[in-house]
Amino acid sequence: MTILVVLVPMALALGFVGLMAFLWTLKSGQYEDLEGAAHRALDDSDLPD
Amino acid sequence: MSACCPPAEAVAPRLEPVAGDRRVRAVYAVEGLHCAGCIRRIENALEALPGIASARVNYTLNRVAVEGSASAVAPETIAPALSAIGYVATPFEARAADAAADRDMKRLLVALAVAGFAAMNIMLLSVSVWAGNASDITPETRDLFHWISAAIAFPAAAIAGRPFYESAVRALRAGRLNMDVPITIGVLMALGLSLYQTAISSDHAYYESAIMLLFFLLGGRVLEQAMRRRTRALAGNLASFRSGTADRIRDDGTLEEVAPALLGPGDRIRLKPGDRVPVDGVVTHGSASIDQSNVTGETMPVRAHAGSAVYAGAVSLDATLDIEVLAPVGETLIDTVQGLLDRATEARSRRLDLADRAARLYAPVVHTTALLAGVGWFLSGAGLEQAVVVATTVLIITCPCALALAIPAVQVAAAGAFFRAGVFLNGGGAVERLAEIDTAVFDKTGTLTLPETGHIDTAGIAPDVLERAARLAAGSRHPLAAALALHAEGAAPAVSEMRGAGVEATIDGIACRLGSPAFCGLDDTIGDDDEVSVLVYREGATAHVFRIEQRLRPGAREAIHRLRARGIAIAILSGDRPGAVAAVARQLGIDDFAGGLDPAGKIARIEALGARGKRVLMVGDGLNDAPALAAASVSISPSSAVDMARAQADAVFLGASLAPAAASIDIAVKARRLMGQNLAFAATYNAVAIPVAVLGYVTPLIAALAMSASSLIVTANALRALPSGRLNPKAPEARATAPAAVS
Repeated sequence: MTILVVLVPMALALGFVGLMAFLWTLKSGQYEDLEGAAHRALDDSDLPD
Repeated sequence: MSACCPPAEAVAPRLEPVAGDRRVRAVYAVEGLHCAGCIRRIENALEALPGIASARVNYTLNRVAVEGSASAVAPETIAPALSAIGYVATPFEARAADAAADRDMKRLLVALAVAGFAAMNIMLLSVSVWAGNASDITPETRDLFHWISAAIAFPAAAIAGRPFYESAVRALRAGRLNMDVPITIGVLMALGLSLYQTAISSDHAYYESAIMLLFFLLGGRVLEQAMRRRTRALAGNLASFRSGTADRIRDDGTLEEVAPALLGPGDRIRLKPGDRVPVDGVVTHGSASIDQSNVTGETMPVRAHAGSAVYAGAVSLDATLDIEVLAPVGETLIDTVQGLLDRATEARSRRLDLADRAARLYAPVVHTTALLAGVGWFLSGAGLEQAVVVATTVLIITCPCALALAIPAVQVAAAGAFFRAGVFLNGGGAVERLAEIDTAVFDKTGTLTLPETGHIDTAGIAPDVLERAARLAAGSRHPLAAALALHAEGAAPAVSEMRGAGVEATIDGIACRLGSPAFCGLDDTIGDDDEVSVLVYREGATAHVFRIEQRLRPGAREAIHRLRARGIAIAILSGDRPGAVAAVARQLGIDDFAGGLDPAGKIARIEALGARGKRVLMVGDGLNDAPALAAASVSISPSSAVDMARAQADAVFLGASLAPAAASIDIAVKARRLMGQNLAFAATYNAVAIPVAVLGYVTPLIAALAMSASSLIVTANALRALPSGRLNPKAPEARATAPAAVS
């Protein structure tokens, strides 16, 4: 069971990274305009012709 | 009170300094956004301007944020640049309430994320312990898992539980009970007891119960907040479209631009065609058609000349007027309406929603039971510890989860159904109130009939005559002419407009006139008809009379029919002329109608209905309807409604058709039934679980399973409020009309 000493912190750390990533996306305003993001995906003006 | 007459500082967009350099940021509300191309066009056009560092469109909220030098982001630069590519932009001033709602939303999302993280990790540990308890976990490992759980659960509960704790404290301070009180007590007791159990190396702990509870509940609140946010954002943009300045006439006759708030009685202002009257006043010079529809509900423009009274919110359609200010901002008719509104809103807020009623019943029963169980066990000889365990188990197993989710889960699912029908809810409580109505009261103008003046009776008029008249109409800016101009195919000729009378031009060598009967040499009395407005077209010696009827909102007939089929009584209360109201009532087969009502009159009628025990649904769109909307038990506005009406309404429907209004009743009735089922289930569950818990037969595993199962059952039942079939053909149509509805 000594493997738990590695596995539990690892699980927690991964979860924590996920949480921080979400908080960062929230803070940087990525949920401000969900519909706009959907429409922007259709914009192909950045492609070379 | 800022819908029509914003305070002085609202005139300029708020300039926010951007960190680092001298760039500033300004936000504009944009009309006419409707596709991916719009986003790119606007951003490219703005970024091409000198001094603009970046422009970012927010499509959801119909706004654009620009950053750049202070002069580059000023309205004088931005508005013309956008109007050149076909969009109307107005400086957007965030209202305090919206900013607060945005902050709340962020806080809830942070809380939800933290609760989600904690719930996942604690569940991993708890499931291991449950599995281990059934097999071979060592006490040391179990204790370690419990301590790790505690280390996650306490900080998580401190962050994620704040919305509930704060609300519970507020309620208790005010001497009330709401659902957040039992939630808070349940969470704190579960955590406290778990810590104790962990400290004495017990087999069981309840961390996951507390955190899962928070996670489920936060999910519901986030969805509800998201639902409100969009409705509000659109209303906020409209408020910006209203703002403006007034041209005050100095003593020497020159004009100066001032904020409407600075005007006082005796000041004279000049109103250009198309401008909105900022204050109540009397016309001193000039003559114009003014549209007072959002003040009085009167459809037809009225003539204003020297001596006529005009009210804040009216629009001059065709000419310049000089107006002497009678009532300054704050004392106008609109403000009076606002006063009525505040009173009516206060009356309604005293009403208790189903969830609060359930909480009032639930909290005392559960807390008393838990207390009695603890005291009972203690008195019957069990130790204090055993007694506390039983009391806490009662609290956890009756954990308000099912009950707290019973109603919000249905509200959220129903909001999805409403959304697909093209209806936005202002709050979850509206669902149950919509379901209970037995009387529906409609405003006429803009609600049963379309806001723009309607369709032209073209029967008996030769196509070539119609086409020439329509081309002439295209040169006029009068709203009646707009209806005729729809028939135009060719370009408008060069017309000269006689203020308040009509337009005149030479088409194909013939002198033509379009306008009032008198202008075209006919007897003026043919215009004295309540039901239709008359527009006369004269070419050479022949005159043609166009009769313009108010156009019923599409779907009005079907909507009325569906409401009737539900046994709901229908009435019309309108500020418009009784004759015009009677005509519409006759078309729709409605016997109960009244015209010529002012806002107080509408409220009085609705309160009289309420006093007779009726549950009244008010559907209206005008400024004059706003107090009535607030006074009614529940209210719906079309998205074309004035800002103040939309802010008051419990629901706003999109598009031109009235069908969503009737559909929303169907959805609400179904949702109300599901709420009843959920409450009944939660009560039954508790009736079974409490005795078992009181007798001490419940282990934490069973408590956690029972709690989760009951929550899932309630949520699954709530999902039945969603319309069957994921792809409702109506949805894209309703969404497509959304941006158009704002303009």
